[in-house]
Amino acid sequence: MSDPTPTRRNGLWLWLPLALFFGFFVLVMFGLLRPADRNVASAFVGKPLPAFDLRPAVPERPGLRAADMATGQPRLLNVFASWCIPCAAEAPQLAALAQQGVAIDGVAIRDRQEDVQRFLAQYGNPFARIGADDVSAVQLAIGSSGVPETFVIDGKGVIRHQHIGDIRAEDVPMLLEKLREAGR
Amino acid sequence: MSAIKPKHQRLVLLTIALVALIGAGLLAAWALRNQAAYFYVPADIVADPPEAGRAVRLGGMVEKGSIKTAPDGVTIDFVVEDGKARVPVRFRGITPDLFIEGSGVVAEGRMEPGGRFVADNLLAKHDENYVPREMAEMTKAQATATVAETR
Amino acid sequence: MIAELGLAMLWLASALALLQLVAGALALTKRGRELAGIVRPAAVIQGVLSAGSFLALIALFLRTDLSVKLVATNSHSLKPFIFKLAGTWGNHEGSMLLWVTVMAMAGGFIALFERRLRDDTMLATLAGQAFVSLGFYAFLLLSSNPFERLAVPPPEGNGLNPLLQDIGLAFHPPTLYLGYVGLSIAFSFAIGALVTRDVGPAFARAMRPWVLGAWIFLSLGITAGSYWAYYELGWGGWWFWDPVENASLMPWLAATALLHSSTVLAARNALRAWTVMLGVVAFSMSMIGTFLVRSGILTSVHAFAVDPERGSFILALLAIYIGGALALFATRAATITEGARFAVTSREAALVVNNVMLSAILGIVLLGTLYPLLTEAFGEKVSVGPPYFNPIGAIFFVPMLIVMAIGPMLRWRDDRAGRISGKLALPALAAALTALGLVSFAPTIKPLPFLGMALAAGLAVASVLPLVGRDLRRTPLPVYGMVVAHLGIAVALFGVGSDSAFSIEKLVASRAGESHKVGPWQVTLRSIEPVAGPNWTALEATLAATYDGGRLSLLRTQSRNFTTPPQLTNESALHTRWNGQLYVVLGEEADDGRWQLRLWWKPFVPMIWYGGLLVGLGGLLALIGRVARDMKRSRAEDKIAYRRARQGR
Repeated sequence: MSDPTPTRRNGLWLWLPLALFFGFFVLVMFGLLRPADRNVASAFVGKPLPAFDLRPAVPERPGLRAADMATGQPRLLNVFASWCIPCAAEAPQLAALAQQGVAIDGVAIRDRQEDVQRFLAQYGNPFARIGADDVSAVQLAIGSSGVPETFVIDGKGVIRHQHIGDIRAEDVPMLLEKLREAGR
Repeated sequence: MSAIKPKHQRLVLLTIALVALIGAGLLAAWALRNQAAYFYVPADIVADPPEAGRAVRLGGMVEKGSIKTAPDGVTIDFVVEDGKARVPVRFRGITPDLFIEGSGVVAEGRMEPGGRFVADNLLAKHDENYVPREMAEMTKAQATATVAETR
Repeated sequence: MIAELGLAMLWLASALALLQLVAGALALTKRGRELAGIVRPAAVIQGVLSAGSFLALIALFLRTDLSVKLVATNSHSLKPFIFKLAGTWGNHEGSMLLWVTVMAMAGGFIALFERRLRDDTMLATLAGQAFVSLGFYAFLLLSSNPFERLAVPPPEGNGLNPLLQDIGLAFHPPTLYLGYVGLSIAFSFAIGALVTRDVGPAFARAMRPWVLGAWIFLSLGITAGSYWAYYELGWGGWWFWDPVENASLMPWLAATALLHSSTVLAARNALRAWTVMLGVVAFSMSMIGTFLVRSGILTSVHAFAVDPERGSFILALLAIYIGGALALFATRAATITEGARFAVTSREAALVVNNVMLSAILGIVLLGTLYPLLTEAFGEKVSVGPPYFNPIGAIFFVPMLIVMAIGPMLRWRDDRAGRISGKLALPALAAALTALGLVSFAPTIKPLPFLGMALAAGLAVASVLPLVGRDLRRTPLPVYGMVVAHLGIAVALFGVGSDSAFSIEKLVASRAGESHKVGPWQVTLRSIEPVAGPNWTALEATLAATYDGGRLSLLRTQSRNFTTPPQLTNESALHTRWNGQLYVVLGEEADDGRWQLRLWWKPFVPMIWYGGLLVGLGGLLALIGRVARDMKRSRAEDKIAYRRARQGR
């Protein structure tokens, strides 16, 4: 055991690949963990809604102006489209929120009236107002990059929270909490 | 060459291999320090501009009302801002689909001595906006990237 | 019903993989020897079941069964048949199912036909294959079930991403995936060999067809991906050193090295530990590539569905498999006995140099790809592009090309440089003549394209020299394979050099009727008209182009507006001649009614992809040659065994 044979010297070299791999692993773990805490604040959270005035997307509901959102009570602003499947998937959650007395306004992105009507007939209509955003102008202006997204707007019309992607059942309590915070 | 003992021949090959691999590592490290394009936002550029001619990337928002097309129809000038500073940018080429005033953009190029940024390439964020449910996470990741890159 | 059946088959397949792993591992011990008999059947049934599961998913897509979530989100009843089919694997879940299906079928195939390996090495290999499969089954069943139903089926599906509704792209990802899977089989062989310390020519011969197969798919996949980026992105470039591209290049580099080192091991029983190591590295590169692409940890110009959660899952698999394999390597490799020796001037030594250079390039690409991640750890955002990859890669690529020209002419074990120096005069002459021609006709050429084109000419000549003086009819197919593949590299390199040296670009704002000169071309914008497709509307520009005043050819380029989901894409128009390509992209309309046009004349650029195809063809020839020989040999062995058995009775 005492004499350093060539095999033993080689032995250390053989661990090098594993060591390199470990370095890689640490690096990507770091990279994977990092985005999570960058995710919290979007650039638009904390800013007031920009001014906009959207025509009604369906005759049954009025259109949507930024001023309509500053009612003194916190509201949800839901960015959706009839051609978007996750929007259909989140419909039950929106309905549940509406049932609990949450006021919800909608922005329909690049949509046709008859499509929106069909969508609402099938999945329910939790919206107080629905504005039609034919060129994604409002969507971009409030920092939304996809559908569906849901914003918590406080009584003064300031964006307090941005939820990206569909609202799943487990997100509902969190949104209610955000609404409560915005109401304070 | 065959006159060399087999053991030495093995050593020669091993040495070549080691020299090549270590050389590759050192070269790569050196080149990465010098050739990597750093990411700047307008505030960084104003505070501490990169040397003219060095490849960098500039990210920010396209200032409202700043896009102007030159008479040749293919050269455009616009301003990239981040709320703190503004950098004039010139680009010759076909702009990406979602290159709109007020939206995020990442320009690849270099600074000119006069303080203007010349872009070789524009990457508009907000591509791939509309995603089905299974790609819903992508919006999050892209939003992350956009937010991280435009502020 | 079909969905439930598919899911059930998937669960059963995973159960069999577990059985295969446990039985295989136990059979290697003294007490579990009786279990050896069930390992091969388990592997075969696992393969059949996962194939059934994949067929079920295909059926769901072809019927557009919208009650299945995956179909609803990725398909559309109006989509053309071929895209419905491609939709099966054009998404995360489907592609993962394709991955494990091919892996399980390969395992079944090995279990049925592979007879060269020692019994215990075979068991360890199949156990290793089951171990790798299990991770992917878990991934599918726990986090990305392709057969999940929707409570309320939507009236219509969500379509494919219009950017992805492209025939090239429909078959590009699965091609790369097949390459990755092939490498996972090579990995299983390496694990098996490490476990039983049975690293020898038999291991190399058993592994080699799988590496070859993987390498063919990777070569074709990279070629197709590069062409896709070339015409679809409309930037005129064909390689951007983008993380997604690097993710496919790195496994290719590792597989190329593995292919060459396993040849040394098979023929000469040398480079044992190194070959096993490469077997592990090649698969880890495909896993790392998949991870980098899927996790979204690096941002890319290519649109891709990324998901940090799935990224973590792949990372966990990566840690288990690669970490485990490398630890196994570290403990076992020291006890692998040294292989046969060879001289510095020998085929082996040339292949060692090739391996070293490929590894160096692999390291450079990997470092460059990961560097942005590293700097981000220190709060600095960077991107790494061609100014890094091109020159630094070339430093190692150039010596590799030279060795590539010389190596095939050297003899195994020991050779004299003097013996082949006469033969080398010809390629050297070709390189020198090309260099001379370039200097006199294009004195302003940049050094890298200059070097590339000169070397390409030399290599092209050198690569066919191994056939000179041989009886062509009795030359084995793998030799032809090598010649064709090396020639392919030369052809591609020439295209690359020509594109970067001689491309001419012109950017104009044009009214209909106006004419523009690009190199030898005269291009006239004829008209811009709206056109409509099944799910898009577009503006189509018609251009008339003449080469050197010759015959008129019409080009059409579109900027398409897709409806479901809304998206705008620019289609480039290409016109190919024998000596290059005219490339046109339509941009936006300016306020004054002029249209932006970007025009390129790219001499010899298609050679890049022809070269890539040649490389794939070379691989195919070698594979056919190897497999045919293996089959012949095993049939002969069967006959002998049969005769012996009869005589014994």
